[in-house]
Amino acid sequence: MQASSLQLNRLAVTLRPNSAIKTESTVASWKLALRKGENTMTLPIVELGSLDELWFQVAGTRCNLTCAHCFISCSPHNDSFGFLSFNEVERRLLESIKWGVKEFYFTGGEPFLNPDLVPILERTLDFGPATVLTNGTVLKPEWLERLRAAEQGSLYSLEFRVSIDGPTPELNDPIRGPRTFERALRGVEMLVQRGFLPIITMTRVWDDTDDDAVLGQFREVLRQHGYVRARLKVLPRLQLGAEANRTCGYSAADRVTAEMLVGYNTSQLVCQHSRVVTDRGIAVCPILIDSHEAILGQTLAEANHAFAITHGACATCYQFGAICTNPSATAEGGTRYRA
Amino acid sequence: MIFAFFGGIYNNHIAFKTAIADARQRGAERIFCLGDLGAFGPHPNRTCELIRAHEIEVVQGNYDHSIGHALNDCQCGYTDPRDNHFAQLSYDYTLANTSDEHRAWLRSLPTEIRFEVDGLRILLCHGSPRRTNEFLWESATSTQFLNKLCDDFACDLILGTHTGLHWQRSWGTFPTCPDSTGTLETCPTMNRHFINVGVLGRPENDGTTNVWYTMLRTGHDAGAGRSPLPCEVEFIPLAYDHDQLVREMTVEHLPNEFIETILTGWWTTCLEILPAKERRRGRW
Repeated sequence: MQASSLQLNRLAVTLRPNSAIKTESTVASWKLALRKGENTMTLPIVELGSLDELWFQVAGTRCNLTCAHCFISCSPHNDSFGFLSFNEVERRLLESIKWGVKEFYFTGGEPFLNPDLVPILERTLDFGPATVLTNGTVLKPEWLERLRAAEQGSLYSLEFRVSIDGPTPELNDPIRGPRTFERALRGVEMLVQRGFLPIITMTRVWDDTDDDAVLGQFREVLRQHGYVRARLKVLPRLQLGAEANRTCGYSAADRVTAEMLVGYNTSQLVCQHSRVVTDRGIAVCPILIDSHEAILGQTLAEANHAFAITHGACATCYQFGAICTNPSATAEGGTRYRA
Repeated sequence: MIFAFFGGIYNNHIAFKTAIADARQRGAERIFCLGDLGAFGPHPNRTCELIRAHEIEVVQGNYDHSIGHALNDCQCGYTDPRDNHFAQLSYDYTLANTSDEHRAWLRSLPTEIRFEVDGLRILLCHGSPRRTNEFLWESATSTQFLNKLCDDFACDLILGTHTGLHWQRSWGTFPTCPDSTGTLETCPTMNRHFINVGVLGRPENDGTTNVWYTMLRTGHDAGAGRSPLPCEVEFIPLAYDHDQLVREMTVEHLPNEFIETILTGWWTTCLEILPAKERRRGRW
């Protein structure tokens, strides 16, 4: 069956195919689907609604740890993505102004392995709120003191999200490595002593029904370490990278379809309101950077187009909603309307 | 022109009545309420009766939308199970105690109000112009984002509530801004503004029992020469008979956690949604 001109025009309008290298490959795959008689209306397409969050893959895929569940398989030796320099981040911050970016997030790898990170965060706080996702094991007092001063001099919050996967070494260390529980808690203590209120972020490596017990135990452990009003965030497992080897990858059934988007509020999806700056270009979301279709272009303008959420991880994002952003930026608990 | 803006009332009809008299005494020519009439406090019908009797112009909040349509929850946007537990208690109470007539009126409220005065294009909303239940926290909302809202919604001044904490920011816009520092807040011409007007429903997590509302003066009333801005913003701390509110909440069997907030000024619920700076200011 030949693709109708209406369908091809629709592709041209939706995808703006001259905007990015990967868009061309996406267009090619869609044209192939059309030639095979598949209806592109069945592709689950998500437009970038507004660029609320700009992420920086500031440490690339370099990490001092090699977590067994890391969805982009970061390690001390993974150079798939490189560090971002201060100048590159500043250039992107300036580029972000006309897009009205609301918040900035910094991830890796371990962001604090990047020697420019402290000045990068200081500069970011001139532009908006900043959140850094760290494993908490390499923090230095002098960095935290500089950052505390920067936050106090800024209109904006500097948030730390510290990853610890459970309230005991027995739960955490098999995932994140020997003694990482103890080292991360030491990092939490350092942050709390300097007035920060880190968001302890854990991947749910336990049964859903154990949430209350695990979180209750975690609050008590943190209290014993001087953190009396702990903020906790639970993330679902993402069955990519190392995690696909640890447990299992996504199956063919773990897919979002176009029908599933009917009546669904796509503003719950990270790709509807975020993009990621990497040293290879602008990626669609922090989770899929390893996927070949994730790099959308070299500028924010080039990355401003629709994305087909056909990856297994998109099904996790669809199910849980807004998994990457801070609680203060989301409305998971209530129904969104007037989106 | 002199305006008064009230944020979420949360059934605190006692503070609301006090605020109306206070605003009029300060010369308010028009009074607006930016929504969320229910939640937290007692006797929801009393707030609806007051607001209708005084012909105060109202923007529909997420709570008003939910109560009006008898939805299952308040659409407040909390993420923490404990916060949602308490939000549900106050929602169920408010829904059960709001008359059908008031519910029909809540359904009819507009989700935004716009007008122009003294050269300012003003937009009133509940959370943000683009989404009724969006939280715009002072420390988690960039100026460039606010600037884009003004672009997208063709206005110079946005007023909202929803977070429960008052704040205000002014900035300049393109092409004169940003300046060499790359930010919009240090421009010589501050021609755009965002105001969170605070709430009358409960204290602001600062250890005092008063609640807050906002006076806005424009044109000649802004005191030409005194203010570099085309408008003058004044946040008003309002003392009211909070002991009476506590007595009514007790009789209505509302949660002790809510009563504690009224008596101490410290939030005991809805805390997990706060960004770091706002959370740090509180006790819990």
